[in-house]
Amino acid sequence: MSTPGGLLLALAVLLPFVGMLLGLVAGGRHVRRIAFVTMLVGLSIAVGISWAWLQVGELVYLLGDWSPPLGIALRADGPAVAMILAVAGVVCGIGLYARADFDTPAGSTESRATLSYWLLLLAVWGSLNLVFVSGDLFTLYVALELLTFAGVPLVCLAGSGETLRAALRYLLFALCGSVLYLLGAVLLYGGYGTLDMRLLAEIVEAEPIAWTALALMTVGLLAKTALFPLHIWLPPAHGGAPAAASAVLSALVIKGSWFLVLRLWCDVMPGVAGASAAQLLGGLGAAAIVVGSVVALRQQRLKLLVAYSTVAQIGYLFLMFPMALTDTGVHDAAVAAGVLQAISHATAKAGMFMAAGLVYAALGHDRIDDLAGAARALPITVLAFLIGGVALMGVLPGGAYLAKKLLLDAADTSGQWVWTWVLQGGAVFTAGYVVLILVRVLRRPAQPLAELKPVSMLSQWAALGLSLASLGLALTAVLGPLPASLVSNPLSPKELGNTLVVLAVGTLLAWGLARRPLFGAGGALRAATQALARGFEQGDHFIRRWPSAMVAMLGIAAVFGWLLARA
Amino acid sequence: MSIETLFGLGAAALVGIGLYGLIVLAHPLRKIIAFNVMGSGVFVLFGALAKRGAGAGLHADPVPQALLITAIVVAFAASALAVALIVRLIESTDSASLAGDPLDEGTH
Repeated sequence: MSTPGGLLLALAVLLPFVGMLLGLVAGGRHVRRIAFVTMLVGLSIAVGISWAWLQVGELVYLLGDWSPPLGIALRADGPAVAMILAVAGVVCGIGLYARADFDTPAGSTESRATLSYWLLLLAVWGSLNLVFVSGDLFTLYVALELLTFAGVPLVCLAGSGETLRAALRYLLFALCGSVLYLLGAVLLYGGYGTLDMRLLAEIVEAEPIAWTALALMTVGLLAKTALFPLHIWLPPAHGGAPAAASAVLSALVIKGSWFLVLRLWCDVMPGVAGASAAQLLGGLGAAAIVVGSVVALRQQRLKLLVAYSTVAQIGYLFLMFPMALTDTGVHDAAVAAGVLQAISHATAKAGMFMAAGLVYAALGHDRIDDLAGAARALPITVLAFLIGGVALMGVLPGGAYLAKKLLLDAADTSGQWVWTWVLQGGAVFTAGYVVLILVRVLRRPAQPLAELKPVSMLSQWAALGLSLASLGLALTAVLGPLPASLVSNPLSPKELGNTLVVLAVGTLLAWGLARRPLFGAGGALRAATQALARGFEQGDHFIRRWPSAMVAMLGIAAVFGWLLARA
Repeated sequence: MSIETLFGLGAAALVGIGLYGLIVLAHPLRKIIAFNVMGSGVFVLFGALAKRGAGAGLHADPVPQALLITAIVVAFAASALAVALIVRLIESTDSASLAGDPLDEGTH
């Protein structure tokens, strides 16, 4: 039976695609207006879904009134509703930012980039909503492919050779991931005769076919999420696209496949997955944080720094798995923490990419070494970047902060002290690149900045708004479902001490690892850390070559299979 | 050996050949073909499963066939998009090579 409000789920999927098709027919002159109307209605639908969920709990919509296994059900539980609402908010924020960049003023000719951007933004939105509400593994396959097809052209909107190459690499690697996912889904159908997630969860057992399927599907999804060491396509794709597109790719597109890993491991096959394989997922996440952050500190361009910061932040998203899946079953608090972290990253990272794009637009470059004076020239933009960074650090009350507290609690109760260290240490790496940028933008320029190009105020405020929204997620604890005791006074001695330690160690990291010293000359210690950092860079370079990435993909699948079979 | 097992083994071989091609072939067009070979392996497997899972006096389970059509359309669309990207890439750089790290050359 469909629940009241279930129809809203179908509308949430349908509306962005309807908007997209209307935009395609109407053409570049009207597409922006159509996109904004769609955003307004879509946001209302997302709010409606949340409201209905508060009234009746899980929402279900049976397409054509046929129930599974013959029909297909759309379902929205707590995490799905949270993601739908967050994505609607972020899409609207990005839309406001992109308003000035992708415009067809009266009297000018229509441009392909403008038309494509708005159509693709809506397509990403619809595909993501489909990922969140699908109750069926094959529908999810189609949804993920739609998401990739919408994401790839966003990479090469500029049309230059480099961006086309980045887009092609992204597409080909993502396609390998999808075939592995499809192979897993086919095996599950062969073993159990259904692809409906609820029905599968009831009958799936820990046996070879389920192990193989889970290992293949997981590694396919990791390739699409770009979890280290499968991040081959992410830095060039996210660093080369226009800022408004990078924000979509980094904040939203990778969350689709991540969400599906969460669904598979915690909802469909928790009994098959087991604790030791979850440790491997967490371990890959920890490696992503270290490598991604160190290489981020080595970048010379702001957008590439943000792109590598995404590699590191994807690692954080996978730290929840060891806490969520222990020998005693699935822990809902850890799952909630993961969703909160994803939403927090979606808002903060969108804000940071937008800020980087505005810096580029105003200064005509985004070379980190030449950012002196930017803070005075673009105060709102720089503030948006730094607030986004601070929110991701998780030292001030915000989404990432709450997620960290929840995970620390879960690590404590399950006696996994190693992950306590990883969670605490992760913030330090984020602090490293925030401090690096802070020092560079506050420096006084050697000569007054050349003529600045004007940038849209609306775009600046949209970036700041999204960054602030990431901190604003603290309200979920103050007003909403999470216990208010999670938030402690950030000025209390313990919290303040923690913040200062994180910033101090972050400063040390930035000093030791960045290409140009932050202050002082260095000496033997800095020479050693520089050598270490170059080692990381070369390692990252090696692992992002096509054959090594493919072999890593197969290797990880094999290790997952072995861990699952051993448990 | 039953016919289903034969098809299953054939599917495994196709997936293996496709994977090997994806790892070692450098030209993106060859990668696309390798992707399609691998995809065909998955489709053959799905078809074999449909035959094996047929119950209630049917010749074959119809659900996989319906899903297969969709999967083939998706794979076709993916290949078309990839080929379109290659054409654009050759138009703008005179080479279809994916080699070389774009990050080293400073992109925007």
